[in-house]
Amino acid sequence: MSFPWAEQYTPKNPVMVWIDEKLPLPRLAYNAVGAGYPVPRNLNYFWNFGVLAGLALVIQIVTGVIMAMHYGANDLVAFSTVEQTMRDVNAGWLMRYAHANGASFFFIVVYLHIFRGLYFGSYKAPREMVWLLGLVIFLLMMATAFMGYVLPWGQMSYWGAKVITGLFGAIPVVGEPIQTWLLGGFAPGNASLNRFFSLHFLLPFVIAGVIILHIWALHIPGSSNPTGVEVKGPQDTVPFHPYYTAKDGFGAGVFLIAFCALLFFAPNFLGHPDNYIEANPLSTPAHIVPEWYFWPFYAILRAFTVDFFFVPAKLLGVLAMFASILLLFFLPWLDTSPVRSGKYRPTFNKFFWILCLDVLILGWLGGAPAEEPYVMMSQLAGAYYFAHFLIILPLISRFEKPLPLPGSITEAVLAKYGKTDGETVAVPAE
Amino acid sequence: MAIVEHTDSTGLSGDDGVRRRDFINIAAVSFAGVGAVAVVLPLIDQMNPSADVLALASTEVDLSAIQPGQAIKTTFRSQPLFVRQLTEKEIAEADKVDPSTLRDPQTLEERTVDGKKQWLVTMGVCTHLGCVPLGAGEGENRGEYGGYFCPCHGSSYDTAARIRKGPAPKNLEVPKFAFTSDTAILVG
Repeated sequence: MSFPWAEQYTPKNPVMVWIDEKLPLPRLAYNAVGAGYPVPRNLNYFWNFGVLAGLALVIQIVTGVIMAMHYGANDLVAFSTVEQTMRDVNAGWLMRYAHANGASFFFIVVYLHIFRGLYFGSYKAPREMVWLLGLVIFLLMMATAFMGYVLPWGQMSYWGAKVITGLFGAIPVVGEPIQTWLLGGFAPGNASLNRFFSLHFLLPFVIAGVIILHIWALHIPGSSNPTGVEVKGPQDTVPFHPYYTAKDGFGAGVFLIAFCALLFFAPNFLGHPDNYIEANPLSTPAHIVPEWYFWPFYAILRAFTVDFFFVPAKLLGVLAMFASILLLFFLPWLDTSPVRSGKYRPTFNKFFWILCLDVLILGWLGGAPAEEPYVMMSQLAGAYYFAHFLIILPLISRFEKPLPLPGSITEAVLAKYGKTDGETVAVPAE
Repeated sequence: MAIVEHTDSTGLSGDDGVRRRDFINIAAVSFAGVGAVAVVLPLIDQMNPSADVLALASTEVDLSAIQPGQAIKTTFRSQPLFVRQLTEKEIAEADKVDPSTLRDPQTLEERTVDGKKQWLVTMGVCTHLGCVPLGAGEGENRGEYGGYFCPCHGSSYDTAARIRKGPAPKNLEVPKFAFTSDTAILVG
């Protein structure tokens, strides 16, 4: 970051001096995640989840590359090679359970990371690009997770692939050719399995690339903070290392404990038993559901049951599902309030928690069977989701009277701990 | 492309005011663009169904063993296909319905081949979310309209495989098929 008080990199070790002259990689690391990156001193634990998402990606790439060593991407053997990995390969069960549950934990920390951004207004100027790149990562994650779930070639893999690619079939005229093109056949088959494997291997590295852009864009203005008040001087910041490397290290420990608890004691808790039956195109599972992290969007997809203005219900559902995510790209311009943090926005605060509840309800409905009363509830909850972003949020931004903001981060921190003596309150560096 | 002859080798403007360098620039970039498109086309097209998949794009079905009231389940384009010989009673039931009262109005005639109304050939893919309906196998639940019944979300199809009840929006799809003899059809 370009704060004038950021420490400059001055290597002392002659080897590092030599490397830094030829390729300033040590300098880059120092400025990005070292002592050369000043960070607001008041970050709370919600600011841990970016690093945790990075950790989850590393777990996925390591276990995934190992899984690929034992996997056969062919519809005749895919199911049995996964079972062989589980039963015969040394520690294969560990790799597969870590990979499957790792995907769930990746989504858990990313959803908390998004939650943080939404509540503390991290998407607002000057950090819009950070938000937009984050959404790109989220979309790539969804595509990767969907294709990964197809690879074991179980019943849910097969029927999930059929339903999701069937979404494209709802597009008028070009829909069916697109669906056939995506699958490489008229139904999921060997061609689909192979291409999904190829892309499932590729996309995590694309995600890693976009993460670099995400962090780069973050380092231009620097991290936001829970007050939403920008950094005004050196007294508002502490160096990333050792302060936040230590805090993130502690967070990583807690994360790994939770991860291991699920991995070792309930590895199939988030999975679906039908996926331990090999794919059978002639028999449908009674209740097709995607993985839990897609449930809110799946609920919106299924909420449309009647045609509107000659647009078939199925197409409306598909459009609404994509719109529910694409909508978030416009968030920095829908929320026009200059106050970032939800802490100082009393009206926003209430509606924010209603939105969280609404998304949780949508998630529950997405996992429920497609019948009444769940369909009607999905319609209401889905409508509220869109109303929040398109109607409620712009109105709040216009009419809300925010609470008084602290003069600076330091002032907020000192007020919190009841220390307001003049000596420690530093003068903002203008 | 035409060969441009220029006496002016300095790259400055010719008689018509066009600089030779600009022309070369535009021509080179346009040609590279054409080349890029030519490369992208096969890259996209390789994802379409391959010849071996297309070779299975049509299916021949032998009807000789199917008795009236019976149905068989086979596959067409790796998806289930139902072939059913309707009884006189089932035909009468299907004809009795006024098509205008249906969600997806079609008569049995429109869904079968002329003069062979008893042969109902449909995809075994529910038009709701793509489940495989019951009713083609011996003793399976045929739903309250005597055709097919989807256990996933309770869609009931009648004896012409038309949607009558439940969430499915359309009748079971009738694929393109033709009789190759009195007892055989070619689907696709």
